[in-house]
Amino acid sequence: MDLIKINHISKAFDGHQALSNISLTIPDKSIFGLLGPNGAGKTTLIRIITKIIQQDQGKVFLNEQEITYDLVRRIGYLPEERGLYKKMKVGEQLIYLSQLKGLSRDVAKKRINNWLEKLDLKSWWNKNIEDLSKGMAQKVQFIATVVHEPSLLILDEPFSGFDPVNADLIKNEILELRDKGATIIFSTHRMESVEELCENIALINQSKKILDGSVKQIKEENKQGQYIIDYAGSLSTRESFDVLSIIDLEGDLKRANIKFKQVSKPNDLIAQLTSSVQLFAFSEKIPTINEIFIAKVSLSHE
Amino acid sequence: MSKISLIIAREYLTRVQKKSFIIATLLGPILMGAIMFLPTYFALNTKGNQSFQVIDESGLMEGVFVSDKEINFEYISIDIQEAKSDFLKTDIDGLIYIPDFELSDPKGFTLYGASNQSMSILMSIEKTLELRIESLRLLASGLDQEVIDSFDANINLNTINLNNTGEEKESSSGAATIIGYLASFMIYMFVFFYGAMCMRGVIEEKSSRIVEIVLSSVKPFELMMGKVIGIAMVGLTQFVLWVVLTVGISTLISVFMSPVTLEMGIANTEISSKSDMISTTFNALKGINMTLILSAFLFYFIGGYLLYGALFAAIGSASESDADAQQFMFPVTAPLIVSIISLSLVLQDPHGSVSFWMSILPFTSPVIMMMRIPFGVAIWELILSIFMLILGFLFTLWTAGRIYRVGILMHGAKVNWKILVKWFMTKD
Repeated sequence: MDLIKINHISKAFDGHQALSNISLTIPDKSIFGLLGPNGAGKTTLIRIITKIIQQDQGKVFLNEQEITYDLVRRIGYLPEERGLYKKMKVGEQLIYLSQLKGLSRDVAKKRINNWLEKLDLKSWWNKNIEDLSKGMAQKVQFIATVVHEPSLLILDEPFSGFDPVNADLIKNEILELRDKGATIIFSTHRMESVEELCENIALINQSKKILDGSVKQIKEENKQGQYIIDYAGSLSTRESFDVLSIIDLEGDLKRANIKFKQVSKPNDLIAQLTSSVQLFAFSEKIPTINEIFIAKVSLSHE
Repeated sequence: MSKISLIIAREYLTRVQKKSFIIATLLGPILMGAIMFLPTYFALNTKGNQSFQVIDESGLMEGVFVSDKEINFEYISIDIQEAKSDFLKTDIDGLIYIPDFELSDPKGFTLYGASNQSMSILMSIEKTLELRIESLRLLASGLDQEVIDSFDANINLNTINLNNTGEEKESSSGAATIIGYLASFMIYMFVFFYGAMCMRGVIEEKSSRIVEIVLSSVKPFELMMGKVIGIAMVGLTQFVLWVVLTVGISTLISVFMSPVTLEMGIANTEISSKSDMISTTFNALKGINMTLILSAFLFYFIGGYLLYGALFAAIGSASESDADAQQFMFPVTAPLIVSIISLSLVLQDPHGSVSFWMSILPFTSPVIMMMRIPFGVAIWELILSIFMLILGFLFTLWTAGRIYRVGILMHGAKVNWKILVKWFMTKD
């Protein structure tokens, strides 16, 4: 089932087109990655979903209902530019932000206590934000995003600013929230996080959607018929494939990236190869999202 | 609690709990009390136990200077040159020299001292001499001492305002001026101070980027209004505390001071007439409708603050630092500054056309109207002015809201007036 449906959204700022005619669907109870280079329009799209800014055209539906301020209030939103009231205490600030999200003071207090404990911030309740390190402030911000237990989380570049240890901590929290049934949208220009986390993605570049779908399906569709082989012997050039690159491994072992000219079954390829070389390993080269991303972006620039 | 009241509560509580607020709130009334009472106190309570020597060569001033608790007069009959040379060796405060003078042409009176004497002592000595010479002249003209004594009169001019209803009101244009100035200045300072506080609050939210989190929970207009109202309540709290504390402190001071005033009044006619003057001023204060002034003050403070506070918030939303805000500050605050400069004009003619129009125009009315009210303002003028101010702040709040909702999320762009207009025009 689709949780969010984005229909033909366009938005321009001062004549600069930030989003043009974007349509997307985001499935329920999964992690959705919104990808694109800096300035592609990811943050604008997120701000439209959260109703912080108004689109020029198009509509956003949440559970088949056009999104309203009351619905937005249930979303957990972590903006790209992090910020908290510097002179406010950690505890008071989190209570205030949760109350704005509709929690009662008592419930907020209890949940915040649990979260602070979970993220090793328990002793910081009465400290001002300005006394915290950047990483700690980020954690506080993350708590502020999830404390009202939203069924939809929107995280804009959630890992930027975290050291690897804390990034991992947050990643695990995100996965846990998904397992509990939350839908998570996150935007990023870093592809490594996408493959581990996302079931579905959309790629935006220069205000336009370039592709979207499930990660598996996108990878499948973008396979180029390339294989990685480890072999010994000499690989004679055949008409049926091109050798794209060869590197030397230890001993006589070499590794080549080959591409077949016609679509063939792996067994046929292996048969062809074994006739000329000793084959040690054979694997299909599946493109990374990063490669697809770069290929698509450079294509759209041409 | 609704979202806007949560915002108001946060804005209010974080400010009221600040040390600077508490200090300013406590110091304000003490300063006010000091400004109001210290001059009176000093006037009434000149340095005690002064001693003066009197050399009376004329023989006409015997027994005229009477010692009291504060000043001791000692008649000596030595040569003035000798007295002068002795003077510096003693700790006498002054030496009054009365030469042998003609009643028709009294001159040559001199007061020698180690340092400058206070004005009130000089006046008191002069008055004593004058009174004595006057009565000597009257005696010389053949009048009885008794008759002369019966001439003694002490006058205080009461000023009464007449109005159409035939009601008589005791007034004092001096008191009206003082109250008007005080109220106008306080409005000016409050609006400026709390307006700037509003602006800084917006800039803080914008530059720390917290605003985006808050905006995923509330609408921009709610956030702006929450801040504007929260800060208005801080101002109100401060004002109410000031009034309460000032009244409390002044009551304490006057209780503490009244026995002193009483004694002094009996001892010295000069000072008693001064304290008469003070008490008439206070009676006149009672004549001025303090309830009207206080309620008008509250209204014009809130109205003026909302009008300017909204604009300050809009400026804040367009700025990422206080320095950015400077370019917009002057045009916005110009009417406020103009009105404070025009106060003396208004004072010259509180009912003239300049005064009238400036007290109707919402941008100047808070300051100007507070100057006019103590002098009496027709009820229709007051209603018109209030109505215009309400229209005025509704308009600026609406305008500011439109600029704010766009500006608060804009970063990095150099903002000028043209861009502000563009933001304003942006449709929802």
